[in-house]
Amino acid sequence: MYDFLTGPMLWATFIVSFGGLLVRSVMYVKGLSWQLDRVAYRPQMKYGIRGGLRSILAFIIPFRARLWRVRPGFTLIFFAFHIGLLVTPIFLEAHNVMLKNAFGISLPTLPTGLADVLAWTCLAGGLFLTLRRIAFPEVRIITTFYDYLLLVITVMPFITGLIARYEMGDYNFWLAAHILSGEIWLLALPFTKLSHVVLFFMSRMQLGMDYGIKRGGMKGTDMAW
Amino acid sequence: MPEGKFCNKTPINTEEQLKATLGDKGGKQYYEEMNHLDVDSDKLWAAIQKTMKSRTKTWLEICAHCGLCAESCFLYQVNGRVPEQVPSYKIQSTLGVMVKKKGKVDNEFMQMCMETAWSKCTCCNRCGMYCPHGIDMGVMFSYLRGLLYSQGFVPWELKIGSGMHRVYRAQMDVTTEDWVETCEWMAEENEEDWPGLEIPVDKVGADIMYTCNAREPKHYPEDIAEAAILFHVAGENWTVPSEGWEQTSLSMFAGDWECCKDNVLNVYAALERLKPKRAIGTECGHAHRATVIEGPYWAGRPDGQPPVPYIHYVEWLAEALRTGKLKIDPAKRIKEPVTLQDSCNYVRNQGLKNVTREIISYIVEPGYFVEMAPNREHNYCCGGGGGFNGIGLYREQRNVALRKKMEQILDTGAKLVIAPCHNCWDAIRDLEEEYKIGIRWSFLKPLVIKMLDVPEHLRPTEE
Ligand code: SF4
Ligand code: SF4
Ligand code: SF4
Repeated sequence: MYDFLTGPMLWATFIVSFGGLLVRSVMYVKGLSWQLDRVAYRPQMKYGIRGGLRSILAFIIPFRARLWRVRPGFTLIFFAFHIGLLVTPIFLEAHNVMLKNAFGISLPTLPTGLADVLAWTCLAGGLFLTLRRIAFPEVRIITTFYDYLLLVITVMPFITGLIARYEMGDYNFWLAAHILSGEIWLLALPFTKLSHVVLFFMSRMQLGMDYGIKRGGMKGTDMAW
Repeated sequence: MPEGKFCNKTPINTEEQLKATLGDKGGKQYYEEMNHLDVDSDKLWAAIQKTMKSRTKTWLEICAHCGLCAESCFLYQVNGRVPEQVPSYKIQSTLGVMVKKKGKVDNEFMQMCMETAWSKCTCCNRCGMYCPHGIDMGVMFSYLRGLLYSQGFVPWELKIGSGMHRVYRAQMDVTTEDWVETCEWMAEENEEDWPGLEIPVDKVGADIMYTCNAREPKHYPEDIAEAAILFHVAGENWTVPSEGWEQTSLSMFAGDWECCKDNVLNVYAALERLKPKRAIGTECGHAHRATVIEGPYWAGRPDGQPPVPYIHYVEWLAEALRTGKLKIDPAKRIKEPVTLQDSCNYVRNQGLKNVTREIISYIVEPGYFVEMAPNREHNYCCGGGGGFNGIGLYREQRNVALRKKMEQILDTGAKLVIAPCHNCWDAIRDLEEEYKIGIRWSFLKPLVIKMLDVPEHLRPTEE
């Protein structure tokens, strides 16, 4: 089982996941239409790129956009959740050992203590995001079953990973569960709205180009996001 | 049931149709007919497939349902923060469902969409600034309006509005003759006080071609006179076209894209005919958006620019004050607390936030200008945008919407509000009428004229 999950299955997962995300990005760009979107992407590329980058930076840097400043509590949790989600799996020592075995490359790794903290932060963040969906009417009304399902898919690798890490119960079972849930997460990326891992950048870039070109950028006044 | 006499899928294209629809007072029969109007699902779905590309599709799909956009919408704020006013909810429950059902929706659903699109969103684009994904409901609601319009589900006044543009190429029944006559009349009327004042029509090769909002010739002709006076004092070589002078676009609010294109091409044709160095539009936000910001795309201009540089009135005024073409008598500057309404349509939509403040620095005594909070591109819609002002059916909702601006103005403590946008001006007038908070409001032109330092040779000679 372990061999299958870390062998052919892992390969297939990577191909489908990263290939799928690549396809989605390409499709996104192909589906832009200067006339329908009313943005002169090509002729005003310089302004567009500038506006696009400003827009992306404003939203990936904590407290940069006004949105992040007016809701400091949410911002902290939101960034902690996403940083944990991205950083932990990539720099986890155990993952890098696998990477080394498979491809002979490895990335710098996180000290175990920090990795633990990040993983727990993720879980706490996920819990908070779930609770606010239930607690706040303005979030409840737009929340669907699908939103909860995606949250579960996202935090599952962390739950199973932590159980395996602390060797609670049958280690081999939890390790397999961890790998499987990780693969499910990766497979879900291109097919669900988890595709925002790449489409976030696309959408922000697009709106940033819009602002950079016709909504102020060419007038020399940058948008104060 | 087949289509109604007034409420149907065919745009108003003739004067006769227009008059008939206008005759249906308050749209009584129109809305009655709407209750029986069929939805052409195939056509609706075909339109969606053809026009819903990356941007809208992705927005609908990746919306994280996080609710961060809620607080950004002034309509959510003034309507008791009911969840039904959350921008994401508003679009998911309308356009989102329409797409999910592949256009197979019924009359009741379309009427709900109409109500949402025209009474729960002014297309002010503010939420787009607060959504981490950059999802701009204003853009999506415009899109939805287009779909609704094509199916005949559009408020009566806007069906008429876009009909006006189709028939007269103006938002009101101002014909070419009416327009030219108004210009002549206004020049005559003011000649005595402003010797040499002219409103040159169809002058080829002028430095400036001036365009306006049809409401001006129809209801406030003095606005045209004021523009003429300021150009005259500034010594500009200017003209107005006899055709293509109207730059507003109710069709943009109605979602009648075909008509939008026709109108903007009409203005651009005037530019090509008169070959001015540049064009200047009046103090109107949506007119500027229609002719200068969105217009080039409707007209199919790949660079997104009008045929000649085309600026908003505030840009010209700031320039004229900066270069000294217009001089302000310091003794006549405004010396009372005054605030400024940032029009979404040229501030959030074209970044003209600093020029207006530059103008303020010339006309207001230092220390008297009070900013609204928030301001510039974070400012709230006046409450009457996106056609809201004009729709009788949603008058009550519109009056509620005005409250945000009321709060903002009251917080500044100012009694005078400068509103360089026709629609904002109207909304603030209605706001005073409705809530009686004791404020005055003004365009820039009359304010500036009152404080001009007029050069000797332009003054009337004393008898
Ligand atoms: S802020 Fe954006 S992503 Fe979040 S619910 Fe609103 S539209 Fe959706
Ligand atoms: S565009 Fe303006 S009115 Fe419409 S949902 Fe967004 S914030 Fe509200
Ligand atoms: S009326 Fe004024 S404030 Fe309201 S949307 Fe239009 S430009 Fe913006």
